[in-house]
Amino acid sequence: MLVKASPHIRDNSSTQRIMLDVIIALCPAILASGIIFGWRALLLVGVTAAASVAFEYLYCYFLKKPITIGDLSAVVTGILLAFNLPATIPLWIAILGSFVSIVIAKQLFGGLGHNFANPAIVGRIVLAVSFAGRMTAYAYPAVPGGVDALASATPLVATRHADLPLLQLFLGAHGGVLGETCAAALLLGGIYLVVRRVISPAIPVTYLATVAIVSLLAGQEPLVQLLSGGLLLGAIFMATDYVTSPYTLTGKIVYGLGLGVITCAIRFWASSAEGVSYAILLMNLLVPYINDLTRQKPLGGAKKK
Amino acid sequence: MENEKKNSKLAILANGLLKENPSLRLVLGTCPTLAVTTAVFNSLGMGVAATFVLICSNIVISACRKVIPDKVRIPAFITIIAGFVTVIQMLVQAFAQPLYDALGVYLPLIVVNCIILGRAEMFASKNGVLDSALDGLGMGLGFTLTLVLMGFVRELLGAGTLFGFQILPAGMEPVAVLASPPGGFFVFGVLMALAILLDQKRGKKVDADPEKMGCAGCPNSKNCNGEGECE
Repeated sequence: MLVKASPHIRDNSSTQRIMLDVIIALCPAILASGIIFGWRALLLVGVTAAASVAFEYLYCYFLKKPITIGDLSAVVTGILLAFNLPATIPLWIAILGSFVSIVIAKQLFGGLGHNFANPAIVGRIVLAVSFAGRMTAYAYPAVPGGVDALASATPLVATRHADLPLLQLFLGAHGGVLGETCAAALLLGGIYLVVRRVISPAIPVTYLATVAIVSLLAGQEPLVQLLSGGLLLGAIFMATDYVTSPYTLTGKIVYGLGLGVITCAIRFWASSAEGVSYAILLMNLLVPYINDLTRQKPLGGAKKK
Repeated sequence: MENEKKNSKLAILANGLLKENPSLRLVLGTCPTLAVTTAVFNSLGMGVAATFVLICSNIVISACRKVIPDKVRIPAFITIIAGFVTVIQMLVQAFAQPLYDALGVYLPLIVVNCIILGRAEMFASKNGVLDSALDGLGMGLGFTLTLVLMGFVRELLGAGTLFGFQILPAGMEPVAVLASPPGGFFVFGVLMALAILLDQKRGKKVDADPEKMGCAGCPNSKNCNGEGECE
């Protein structure tokens, strides 16, 4: 059924409730990162979340604005930022990332609802540009019997030489940033969000389908492409941010298509191994135009001359 | 009378430092401001070179303002400015080769720096030689000050050095993004906000929202006598 023009159905959802649902959906992945990378992963999540809330509080306090930490959006940004960092990152870099996300990307542009791009993505990209070496110093997970904290390439780099077993990719026992490795936990969170109707499946599904199709066309193994790198994390949690994704179904599909094509273009034909964060940033910037071009026509409205 | 005159000379000189700071308040010459400020040394070099051209071109244009026909004033201004830019380019190449290499194309591009043409059009073509020289000096100093400030922040935090010497201790890693163009825009934005804040602290009510500030808040209002048309 297509529900289009107003009146819209009201319910008792609030920013706080939605953000709480997102945090619940992120819990399996937090747990997985703790199991895969050890206690330091949990420490990182805690530090970035706390730092994000603290920066939001301090910014609002010093600029005499209403304190908005109650809506929990800063906590979500903090957790997502931590998910984009390798477990070996020094804490001060993580805190700097929180500062960039909350103060520069979100508050300076007017706070929640006015940010031009997903704050966690901006934080990640600023850190990746500034500390390229540290941001790719992926710890090898603490596999029983294996060697701890051995730096290794992500599957995206590794698959150019040897294939990881798909099951290992799905469960996340390989190098990478905190939140991206365990596909099972991310999918679990995604299903929860869709069932709770917090996110529409349109964006993740179009995004993933586009990547699968382009991978096939480019002669790459689609399942490996879907399960490796930050694709699932990006598709489920980062690209679906309300503020920086289109409103309408058509818009969401256009957005997902663009994300998939850019991600694949960067992965297959550019010098960088991973393209999810740049794809999301680029498409974030296009969202106002997508919204403009896919606006619904009011029922019975006169045609524009 | 004498005192008042002295005051107005001083005011012309001080104008460029904050109230009509060419980079931060008039938002002119943004290209060199962002491009060369990755290091303090380059910033200082660019600032001094631009100041030299600004003073000389202001003096000559002001002296010739009665003989230059109105219709061809812009080509005439550009020719005069280009002459001085060629002089400074040759001087820098002869006596400061490292600076010449570091500034690259931005040195000859001073010809099209909006600050210089802007001051020629707004000030030197309407005022006497001494006033124009002072205006050129003030604007040049304001430009240099802004560039050096930006270079200081970007080199110290972006590369950990100042004038090429290591300043930050080895444990502190520089934030490389500040040395890249996005970081340049960020530092520029923060400095612009600070300049507006300082202006407000000095008791002048400036509405930073360009939609509402009108001519009163516009640093260019004195030159167009509030006639608008600046958009």
